[in-house]
Amino acid sequence: MGSYILKRLASAIPVLLGITIIVFLIMSLIPGDPATAILGSYATPENVEKLNRDLGLDKPMVQRYFIWLGNMLTGDFGRSFSLNRPVLDEIVERFNATLVLAGTSFLLCAVLGILAGVFSAARQYGWTDKAITFVVLIGISVPSFFLGMMMILVFAVNLRWLPVSGMYAIYGGGDLPDLINHLIMPALALAAVATGVIARLSRSAMLEVLRQDYIRTARAKGVPERRVIMGHALRAAMVSIIPILGIQAGFVLSGAVYIEIVFQWPGVGRMLVDAILKRDLLLVQGGVVFVAACYVLFNIAVDVAQSLLDPRIKT
Amino acid sequence: MLALRVQNLSKTFPLKKPLFGAAAPGVRAVRPTSFDVARGETLGVVGESGCGKSTLARMLVGLLDPTEGSIEIEGHALNTADPSEFGKLIQYVFQDPNSSLNPRKTIRQIMEAPLKHLHKMAKPERDQRIREIFASVNLRESFLDRYPHEFSGGQAQRIGIARALAAQPRIIILDEPVSALDVSVQAQVLNLLADLKAQFGLTYLFITHDLAVVEAVSDRIVVLYFGTVVEVGRAERIFARPRHPYTKLLADCAPVVGRPLTAPEQKGSELPDPLNPPPGCAFAGRCPRTTEICWTTEPELKSMGEDQLAACHQPLED
Amino acid sequence: MTLFLNLVFRNRLAAMGAVVITAILLLALLTPILPMHDPDVTATADRFKRPFSDGHILGTDHLGRDLLSRLLHGTRLSLAVGIAAALIAAATGATIGIVAGYFGGRIDNVIMRVVDMLMAFPYILLALAIVAALGPGLMNALIAVAAVNVPFFARNIRGITVGLAGREFIEAATLAGMGHTKIILTELLPNVLPVIVIAMSTTVGWMILETAGLSFLGLGSQPPQADLGSMLGEARSAMISHPHTSVVPGIMIFLIVMSINLLGDGVRDALDPRLRSGALSRPRATTLVDRKGPLPAPTNDLLSIRDLETQFHVGARTYKAVGGVSLAVKPGECLGVIGESGSGKSVTALSVMGLVASPPGVITSGAVYFQGEDLIGAAYETLRKKRGDRVAYIFQDPLSTLHPLYRVGHQLAEAIQSHQKVPNHKARARAIQLLKDVRIPNADSRIDDYPHEMSGGMRQRVGIAMALANDPDVIIADEPTTALDVTVQAQILSLLNDLRRDRGLAIIFITHDFGVIAQLCDRVAVMYAGRIVEEGPTQAVLDAPAHPYTKHLIACVPELGQGRRVLATIPGLPPMVDDLPLGCAFAPRCYKAQDKCREREIQLLGTKPRAVRCLFPEEPV
Repeated sequence: MGSYILKRLASAIPVLLGITIIVFLIMSLIPGDPATAILGSYATPENVEKLNRDLGLDKPMVQRYFIWLGNMLTGDFGRSFSLNRPVLDEIVERFNATLVLAGTSFLLCAVLGILAGVFSAARQYGWTDKAITFVVLIGISVPSFFLGMMMILVFAVNLRWLPVSGMYAIYGGGDLPDLINHLIMPALALAAVATGVIARLSRSAMLEVLRQDYIRTARAKGVPERRVIMGHALRAAMVSIIPILGIQAGFVLSGAVYIEIVFQWPGVGRMLVDAILKRDLLLVQGGVVFVAACYVLFNIAVDVAQSLLDPRIKT
Repeated sequence: MLALRVQNLSKTFPLKKPLFGAAAPGVRAVRPTSFDVARGETLGVVGESGCGKSTLARMLVGLLDPTEGSIEIEGHALNTADPSEFGKLIQYVFQDPNSSLNPRKTIRQIMEAPLKHLHKMAKPERDQRIREIFASVNLRESFLDRYPHEFSGGQAQRIGIARALAAQPRIIILDEPVSALDVSVQAQVLNLLADLKAQFGLTYLFITHDLAVVEAVSDRIVVLYFGTVVEVGRAERIFARPRHPYTKLLADCAPVVGRPLTAPEQKGSELPDPLNPPPGCAFAGRCPRTTEICWTTEPELKSMGEDQLAACHQPLED
Repeated sequence: MTLFLNLVFRNRLAAMGAVVITAILLLALLTPILPMHDPDVTATADRFKRPFSDGHILGTDHLGRDLLSRLLHGTRLSLAVGIAAALIAAATGATIGIVAGYFGGRIDNVIMRVVDMLMAFPYILLALAIVAALGPGLMNALIAVAAVNVPFFARNIRGITVGLAGREFIEAATLAGMGHTKIILTELLPNVLPVIVIAMSTTVGWMILETAGLSFLGLGSQPPQADLGSMLGEARSAMISHPHTSVVPGIMIFLIVMSINLLGDGVRDALDPRLRSGALSRPRATTLVDRKGPLPAPTNDLLSIRDLETQFHVGARTYKAVGGVSLAVKPGECLGVIGESGSGKSVTALSVMGLVASPPGVITSGAVYFQGEDLIGAAYETLRKKRGDRVAYIFQDPLSTLHPLYRVGHQLAEAIQSHQKVPNHKARARAIQLLKDVRIPNADSRIDDYPHEMSGGMRQRVGIAMALANDPDVIIADEPTTALDVTVQAQILSLLNDLRRDRGLAIIFITHDFGVIAQLCDRVAVMYAGRIVEEGPTQAVLDAPAHPYTKHLIACVPELGQGRRVLATIPGLPPMVDDLPLGCAFAPRCYKAQDKCREREIQLLGTKPRAVRCLFPEEPV
């Protein structure tokens, strides 16, 4: 097992390098003088000169890439001109907030989605199945940002049950209950789409598995139906559900951008959008690489979970 | 006159190189194999799963590149990897008739492909040819404008045979052509194949795992085990008087009406590990006649009486 | 095509989706010629008018612009951009996927590595990076959304292509002399196209959503031009005071995406043949029973099947898989059931314990008595307690019938513990003993193997061990050696034979092989088109078959040791069981059929133990 984890980690290195290359290539699409473009409205002559020196923008592209990569490896993601602080500090601080939001959402959608899918499949064409299918359909069709706005309107503005936005109350907040209070709506709004997708795919994965011969074998040897569904079938279905969870984690992370905007959540997504609008491209570049790298590591965890479940994967 | 001559043909599937260390030597699916097929002959190739019979067949029609060795058809070496060169001389009938017909093409389109691409025939000529071929495989012309899913297994297999005939090959490789069919249909297809052979002067290589079928249709039979030819002989004799213990085991295991049920071997029936083949005879672990030499030296194919060859250190006597 | 549309619209939700999206598309197309306010003319005096006010049905926004007009123009823009992005992504992705999947090898490797790297990004990061580099704007958002979706299409289509490229018809095309381009265009593409359409119809809604999302963030369409996303984005600041400005575009996005999703699901279901045949239905825990009329009387056999009828109801068609079969076994007896595919032999076997997949299977008549108790009408729990305990099954393909993710020891122990309260360590010890009983070497270590770590013969031994777990009275073996090599088959058959003699087991042995029947079974029943056409002691049936079908079937099978010869054949094909002729089902293929054979039902008659369903039998019985 340990060697499998090491092997997966080793195989992540080229992917991480690939990510940096892709981001680097995209950034080189910027038309015109890169330093001026990257600095945007912060392009004072001193700043331009400093950036040119930092990134070696006068040098050939390959060399520039390695300078940039080398800097990142030593923890130097550059300096944000709009915030006037090191990019990495800002990202780490913001990423914590995103992690709280996206992590909660991910747990919600994984648990709810799989449960809904299993119930739906077990009672195919029944009343539960139809109800779940309908709710799921709405869930995957409604834009999360619109859903968030409507939730604010109903639960915060009209019913006054929950705070409108932010992560903590401005006065006297900061403890866990306060955080949870602020978290409920954005986490639910963010989880809606992914829950729907996971529920749908879990349902079809379960239906696929339930048709397999080994389910008939389990029934033929007299295994109680509850165990057939929750044991034999779900376990086999998890083999195709787990990769979906990995993909959906990416979608939750993506959706967080909208939700952070709607709920004024101080996360990395809002930071990125602000940075793009202010054309603070070093911050964008650093943020993208950092979050993508975290996602790659998360997917390794998913693979490891998969290999624990499925003995046919060579470890 | 020889229709087909195969010399030292072998196939090794390379393994993926591991991240560290050297690549493993690869899986030897077919060890160097030589045999001749006379014109007009049916050579049966029989063996159990994992014996390399399909790999061999696919090399013969150019779908797989051999690792070593040469293929000669009617005296001409086939050293090109171009399947259309092969296609005019040697054709292939697949095991699963339904998966060998493109579900989204009509039978006419399927039949036209070899005529158009191999023989560059014009439209009226093609139609004429297709009519002739369909008549000879007993299929109605009205089938031509239907799609493959509308046919039963036996009909689809006839279409597969008709397509192979359309290329006007000298040799047809039949890879388990009746294993997917029910017995009552199986006999129809086998008899049709025999008629076509006489009519078009074809040469067959008939690959199967079914001893009774291979005996019923072949002139000579090659027995494969673990990628190697272990015995070659005339169809009427090879199972009745086998020289190689494996051939005998096969013959003893085939369920025959009127023979009492006994387990012919009590040892494991597992094949050796293809990644780590034994140095001697691959059958040594299962063989009742194993001696010292069988574990260390790979036996050569030697002549053992009239028209019979076997690769065995301790061959069976009459 | 009409068939396709029929299929789509049979799904009521899909039809609803189609109607809604068509209406929206029409509105969007007609927008420029409809008499409406200019969407971009501001009138600050009229700002935030409520819906249904004069001249502004949906009210106005924060700059006093007519909301209805902006909504329709925005819809037009959103649809155009989303559909364009979907088309670009699908075309690019499919091309990449087909090339990678068809050529394989190094090309595939390089392409898929890049695709994997692109997919290693949460999609919005990539989109944001592209927009960041190119600058905010609707065109750039379109490019970003399309680019982000290319890897999804590429990977999806590649997977399908790899599957197809390995299919034999592609090899056949190669042998027919076709070149790569030709094969890709005429052999592959027609088969991949439905998948591309499915992928597009299920993702176009999503892409509309994504472009709207980028606009919502202010990175897409720039003022004064507005798509639905940027309308929503602009309205957000006034959401609390004037919710209608947000609700209107929000609901429009929802309607578009929902109707496209509904339609997309319908298209997918119609194009995916697996779904079309209703195969994705989940089989229930027991077969549905819908018996009419009185039950046949019980017998005192160990297990007796009486006048069993099992049908498959698929759409409007009824397949009479089993049409009135009666069989019985005594302890220690082996009964063979032989027939070709579609003869109903397996369905008969599975009906005994209610294991026929349902839907579509329904038991419509007859009874199965185990020691006098009817199993067909039994409650689930009664049936479950008998399954594997008194009546056990061995199935055909041991790889697909064992659970791939459980160790064999676990699966054996589970069979025991489903019926007996046994602590885990005892169940394990029993499992090891069972493996030894079926002559698996090194049972103590093999018990912790997973099924994929065993050979076919070993797996089938595990299957047999599992059937023996609770010392059942009857074993039903459904083609247990068909998937095995002949040398392995011989071992398994002799094992079954020994077990039956040692334990006094009754075996019902389903097969299509006369050789196997001859060696193992005491009695045999021959099935054709869902019915028994002949039965009797094995030797008697083989020596003097009475039904013309049996006689010809035996003659068709080549037998080892007879040398090269012309084989006997039966002309024609077995009938389809959804359209059985009146009278004898074999009559159309029978050389001695007369008009009488086709007039009415023919009874299974004879002096026990022999019986034949024929008016002109080959031998008197």
